[in-house]
Amino acid sequence: MSEARFRIKRFDPASDAAPRYDTFVVPYEGSLSVLEGLFSIQERDDGSLCFRYCCRAAVCGSCAMYINGRYRLACQTNVSQLHGGDITVEPMPHLPLIKDLVCDMTDFFAKYEYIKPWLIRDEDHDPEGEIAQSPRARRKLDMPIDCILCGCCYSSCPSVWGEENYLGPAALLKAYRFEVDSRDEAGRQRLPDFDNERGVYRCHTITNCVEACPKELNPTEGIQWLKGAAVRRRLFGRRK
Amino acid sequence: MIRHQLVIVGGGLAGLRAAVEAKGAGIDVAVISQVHPGRSHSGAAQGGINAALANNPESHDDTPEKHAFDTVKGSDYLADQDAVYQMTQDAPQTIFEMEHWGCPFSRYDDGRIAQRPFGGAGYPRTCYGADKTGHYLLHTLVEQAYRRQVAMYIERFVTSLIVVEGECRGVVAYDMIRGGFEAFVADAVIIATGGAGRTYANTTNAIISTGYGAAMAYHAGVPLKDMEFVQFHPTGLYTTNILMTEGCRGEGGYLINDLGERFMERYAPTVMELAPRDITARSIWTEILEGRGIGGKDFVYLDLRHLGERKIAEKLPGIRDLAIHFEGVDPVTQPVPIVPSHHYTMGGIDTDVDGVTAMPGLYAVGECACVSVHGANRLGGNSLLETIVFGRRAGRAVVSFLADGGAGRPAPEAAARAALGAVQERVDRLSRAAATEDAYDIRGEMIVTMKQNFGIFREARQMQEGIDKLLSLKERLPRIGLRHAGGAFNLDMIRTIELEGMLDVALATAVGAFKRTESRGSHARTDYPNRDDVHWLEHTLALYRPDGPPELAGKPVALGMFEPQERKY
Repeated sequence: MSEARFRIKRFDPASDAAPRYDTFVVPYEGSLSVLEGLFSIQERDDGSLCFRYCCRAAVCGSCAMYINGRYRLACQTNVSQLHGGDITVEPMPHLPLIKDLVCDMTDFFAKYEYIKPWLIRDEDHDPEGEIAQSPRARRKLDMPIDCILCGCCYSSCPSVWGEENYLGPAALLKAYRFEVDSRDEAGRQRLPDFDNERGVYRCHTITNCVEACPKELNPTEGIQWLKGAAVRRRLFGRRK
Repeated sequence: MIRHQLVIVGGGLAGLRAAVEAKGAGIDVAVISQVHPGRSHSGAAQGGINAALANNPESHDDTPEKHAFDTVKGSDYLADQDAVYQMTQDAPQTIFEMEHWGCPFSRYDDGRIAQRPFGGAGYPRTCYGADKTGHYLLHTLVEQAYRRQVAMYIERFVTSLIVVEGECRGVVAYDMIRGGFEAFVADAVIIATGGAGRTYANTTNAIISTGYGAAMAYHAGVPLKDMEFVQFHPTGLYTTNILMTEGCRGEGGYLINDLGERFMERYAPTVMELAPRDITARSIWTEILEGRGIGGKDFVYLDLRHLGERKIAEKLPGIRDLAIHFEGVDPVTQPVPIVPSHHYTMGGIDTDVDGVTAMPGLYAVGECACVSVHGANRLGGNSLLETIVFGRRAGRAVVSFLADGGAGRPAPEAAARAALGAVQERVDRLSRAAATEDAYDIRGEMIVTMKQNFGIFREARQMQEGIDKLLSLKERLPRIGLRHAGGAFNLDMIRTIELEGMLDVALATAVGAFKRTESRGSHARTDYPNRDDVHWLEHTLALYRPDGPPELAGKPVALGMFEPQERKY
């Protein structure tokens, strides 16, 4: 039997004057993920502890947290990777808090919705076949379509901290995902949403998002592509 | 009190497709979900979605009829053949629609959607996006729901139905963000809450796949169908039961025992690793029982090394990451320890092909429902298809229901207040209780009982012991209490309420399995090793009884296209 010591940031804005850190010891055999540790605490030690969870396999994006000073998915983080000592678990910083490890993602999803995150095509009849797309064109989507909307990049971005209206890396990566899709016919429809100071020009290529992403994606690359496309359109009127 | 014409509980593929359909017809629709819809368990599906597109050079003469035959044979002839044919006929159009909505399928050089071989299928007909097909389909439908401005109530945990004179008129939900309960009144309700994997200790399913949605309908008097049929996926990671897609074997992966043998040669010499899931899972388990698990332990290897790094990077990048992060092995250089793991709930709320249940106004679709298109064993690639095909049909059915007198009835305010009061009272009682039993102990004992007594191989005495155990847990249940009352994001309350539903769903599985004295598909009894079409070519209906095990009844299977025959691969 092994033991892991969790140090968890607790705060219930409805009842607490200030945040605190609670320490719990979790016994386990074999392997333990941070998420499993949180469940053990919630079941055995403190029924009031709260956190988000769903797939426990790093694909749903629910359990993004700040663990030992790094953005991680709690399910994907095994305590054996944390090299002993206390495991400090905090909510993603720079986001409004609901309670304990649960952040308010309202703005995050509002910005996602704002950039029209859907394939834009002018169609009014049922399709009779697929839209052809070459493997080469499809490969351009490989990186951005793996985004799980966990919010790590958004929480990590100093430009988001400084400007609450900045769309942030996740929404812009989603815009990139559609702008770069050979099937998208948005033309200039999405352009005004990101070709401005609240959009791509607010990114100063600090690349915190790249470091924070638990899926090892590169939002900065997508944002720079959008910048290039926006500038080309301004200068030459060309689309892509 | 919140009003919508249609309330959909669950924001996975089935719920979202129903929402998009109804919204497109001008219906005021709301999706209520325990998680943001983009986090639903549909997103964990990996290998693909079946449709007879005939895009693969080896499947140029594939047809929906052949897809239907493979599905019916795979179901061990328990699937309703008219429903299966409906699904396989709608399949190509379903794929094209998702593709036009932006789903990033993998492609052939000529630009058409790529297809890979899957278990139990006569042709390569599984359309895929690498090994993240569910994630791509789910995000595509989330995007379409946003595009159509479907109302979404996110992070609401639905606790119960509002029923007025036998008709479903809404739901009660706990608002996880603000705390407190709300009533949603509607003209129709669709339950689309997914499977019941978490009733087992060894499941690939998400933590929210508790079966609670099905339990709500069951508690309200709607029968569950075929709950004894539980799919064990051949390849879950040994330590965590996280899914390794069937696509691993579709792309050429081997299953290897302790002697280094490709042991599937003994069980399915023609199709080898691409036998249907029930047969492959039993084969692995037999190897383990006979001592040929790796090092004599309870796992075997999934070996992908011969596929090479390039193919793995292109076709199976997701499972490579999962194996590295969750098992500590890189499939490019090491074989992956795997064990058959609970994966899919073939049974569910009894519905027809339009999601219609026994209760007027209540519809069900997706894994929580049982149409039945999977019968006794689901083929890989058919569950994603089912969610979208029947999600659309359920959406359409509600549109017709509303047009034919379902809309415009007075809001059931008194019933909504009563339902809200009942939930509040239940929670207050749990909060005040001087608990002498622990909900998490009961949950733990339940999931181990299901794993051990209702697993891959089943037998009367072991199942009787399991049922006795579950009934004793049900007796202990009233003595639990909450450790934490009120407030936002109260996981203790949610998980305690869930448990009450899970235990009844588990009992339906257990009693159905005990009563079915034959082996069919995933239901393999060592004491009744043969299929018995004379007595058991019928569905099982389970009716909820509050104080004991469910009451069972039979329901005929729709045959007609394919004569039942012995199932060989």
